[in-house]
Amino acid sequence: MDLKTMNSLAGMGRMRRRDFIQLGLAAGLSVALADGMFSRAARAEARRGGKLRIGIGAGSTTDSLDPATYTNAFMGDVGEGFIGATLTRIDQQNVTQPHLAESFEPSDGARKWVFKLRKGLTFHDGRDLTAKDVVATYDYHRSEQAKSAARSILTNIASVTAEDPQTVVFTLTSGNADFPFIASDYHLPIFPARDGGGIEWEKGNMAGPFIIEEFRPGISMRARRFPNYHVTGLPYFDEVELLAIADVGARTNAFLSGEIDYMDRVDLRTIDMLKQNPEIEITNLPAFAHYVAPMNVTVAPFDNLDVRTAIKWAIDREAIVKQVLNGYGLAGNDNPIAPSIQFATNPAPVFKYDPDKARFHLKKAGFETIKVDFSASDAGFPGAVDAGLLMQSQAKAAGIDINVVREPADGYWDNVYMKKPWCASYWGGRPTIDWMLATAYTSDAVFNDTFWKNPKFDALLAAARAETDNAKRAAQYAEAQQILHDDGGIIVLMFANWVSANSKRLAHGPLNVNYDHDGCYIYERWWFV
Amino acid sequence: MHPIVRTVLQRLGLGLLTLFIVSIVIFSALEMLPGGFAEAILGQSATPETVAAFNKEIGLDRPAIVRYVEWIGGILQGDFGTSYAGAGGNIKRHVSDLIAPRLYNTFFLAIMAAVIAVPLALTLGVLAALYRNSLFDRIVNSVTLTTIALPEFFVAYVLMFFFAIKLRWFYSLSTVSESTTFLEHISRAALPAITLTLVIIAHMMRMTRAAIINLLASPYIEMAQLKGIPRRRVIVHHALPNAWAPIVTVVAFNLAYLVVGVVVVEVVFVYPGIGQMMVDAVSSRDMPVVQACALIFAATYILLNLSADIISIITNPRLLHPR
Repeated sequence: MDLKTMNSLAGMGRMRRRDFIQLGLAAGLSVALADGMFSRAARAEARRGGKLRIGIGAGSTTDSLDPATYTNAFMGDVGEGFIGATLTRIDQQNVTQPHLAESFEPSDGARKWVFKLRKGLTFHDGRDLTAKDVVATYDYHRSEQAKSAARSILTNIASVTAEDPQTVVFTLTSGNADFPFIASDYHLPIFPARDGGGIEWEKGNMAGPFIIEEFRPGISMRARRFPNYHVTGLPYFDEVELLAIADVGARTNAFLSGEIDYMDRVDLRTIDMLKQNPEIEITNLPAFAHYVAPMNVTVAPFDNLDVRTAIKWAIDREAIVKQVLNGYGLAGNDNPIAPSIQFATNPAPVFKYDPDKARFHLKKAGFETIKVDFSASDAGFPGAVDAGLLMQSQAKAAGIDINVVREPADGYWDNVYMKKPWCASYWGGRPTIDWMLATAYTSDAVFNDTFWKNPKFDALLAAARAETDNAKRAAQYAEAQQILHDDGGIIVLMFANWVSANSKRLAHGPLNVNYDHDGCYIYERWWFV
Repeated sequence: MHPIVRTVLQRLGLGLLTLFIVSIVIFSALEMLPGGFAEAILGQSATPETVAAFNKEIGLDRPAIVRYVEWIGGILQGDFGTSYAGAGGNIKRHVSDLIAPRLYNTFFLAIMAAVIAVPLALTLGVLAALYRNSLFDRIVNSVTLTTIALPEFFVAYVLMFFFAIKLRWFYSLSTVSESTTFLEHISRAALPAITLTLVIIAHMMRMTRAAIINLLASPYIEMAQLKGIPRRRVIVHHALPNAWAPIVTVVAFNLAYLVVGVVVVEVVFVYPGIGQMMVDAVSSRDMPVVQACALIFAATYILLNLSADIISIITNPRLLHPR
């Protein structure tokens, strides 16, 4: 295949970056050269124009543009990649990249972070975006009176100051090498500072690729292209209409009848019918989201490590992925960190279904058989009761009698989660190891749902947080993941994939996996062929 | 004063009293629900500090009785208050602005469904009574009973599959907005209206049929038949006028259902009506919106029942003089 053919295939979106680079290497190009050539070819053919209509299974009539209250995927998209723009963003390899900030440098053991803003940034209404807007935005989320959902991830910030119109300095109370990841959170798009304190969020005047034309909470958001968007040439669409379609049947019908070009969260039971349609592309991406069964390690029999290990060996996760996720997922190995996250490991031994090993550990704990309750409801995760019943039949062979208790979905998080010793639960996942583990596994974590406390694990995590040498960090994180895998009370059953469908009239480059909808960047990066 | 006018005024007075009691019931029921707006909106990010800051901003830190008095005082002056959503900003979301377009959509759909369903149900009911126990009667009965027995969402999906995906006659999404033209609104709302028609037709049809058949055994109908009047005329001119009262009551009941009970159809067709808004408001505990919706629903019931009674009285003046 000659370079010309490759270029035109890439331009039509028929060739993936990886294939292009491999063929390019064979043709004598360097990796960097081939990569650059692919981007140019893919972009060259990417056409400006058209109106994207996208239907997603999120959104509520109580949604508001107030960034303190973004909690569902609809407003997440709005804040992250549709209307808003954050200081940094996460790329396809789950590494932070510059966005509104053109650079960010740590110093003083990752305790001081200096962010340089791009020049010539403006908000949608044409006003300049400068350091004082960044300071106001962050202060809005972290002040004493803040009601923001992002407040808990910003507690580490001691001060945010504007050194000059292009420079913002974040001073942290303790070193955090992952701070740029936090700056990519969808609650933190930059808004204009309000005279007299606070930010002007009411009109959704941000700096992302689209300008809001009409927002009807719980129904739709219509937006047009922002001509002064800081990424040259992007976005491709002239207009976007984002629709909230909560019901998956309605979403599928709207997609099939051509009223929307893209739908998320495809119904996995009927996905094969969509696949037969040659006009439809299905994207199936491994995600950070995972379904778990936390055991309270302070309650008998889960306080016994051998009992925990026995249970870990007694569950056939592959079978559960097949049954509950129709195969659209990845079996867990009691490590809550998705494989695509930086520094993720797959600790050995990999827990597989092995009733003999389970029986061995049970015997070591001094039991022939054991009876445990597993509290489940579809509020925990979709299909949790089915997963419980599968676990019940699998664990029987190892002498473990799992009694699946069906709990009511209403009030599940108040009455069952972290109240019953063993239950079904769900995590959306976080883009860094530190963020995920500090949310649920350190001794002082607010959502330490296994009540597991391990000083060595805590110390490793604290050391790694401030470590800027990646090799040392990798080693520390590997050890922390190993400890959690061996000793922790968490059973990670599986990682659930993002499964969406789009019309083949749409084309795209490599996809983000940190959030659904190409990491919320579908609006910016996709185009019509 | 004309006795009918007196009855209407009496009923309206009682209706206002009912609304007042409803407002107290709703307010206290919402107070008793666990969790608040802050917890519902912040979800996993709700820490005690953020919840307290949130509650202070929307005034939930004040006693319930004060909030109730303020709210009811506002209602009496025609002010439904502002939504908790987006409360911190300079542009408040007035409940009346939120509700008005959705209420219009809901009434649009209800009227459209009623315009199809009511005449159809009455005609079918009269015909079924006329040809009682015939093949026609059996078919009409079994078809309408089947459509009422099927869940609404199922009927909706089947219609969507055939008319939106296969035949492409209608839209599968019924998203309408202020800029939608009247004709487009009708075509967008067609499938939801047909779904609702299929759901409510059986009840009205069966009641019409039963009311007429009931009367056919009366001596005056027998007299009419003995005079040799054609069967059709006996039913339409002699039986039907006396059957209006029960029929109108059922029609009013179904019309009220069209306004307050169509949330499933709204969700399936993504139709921006008031039902979806109330469900969202309840689950996020946005109380001003829930209270306003509930008052509107209660008022709808009261007014429709009042009209049903008045029509009954006009068609049958004996009802004015209860024994």
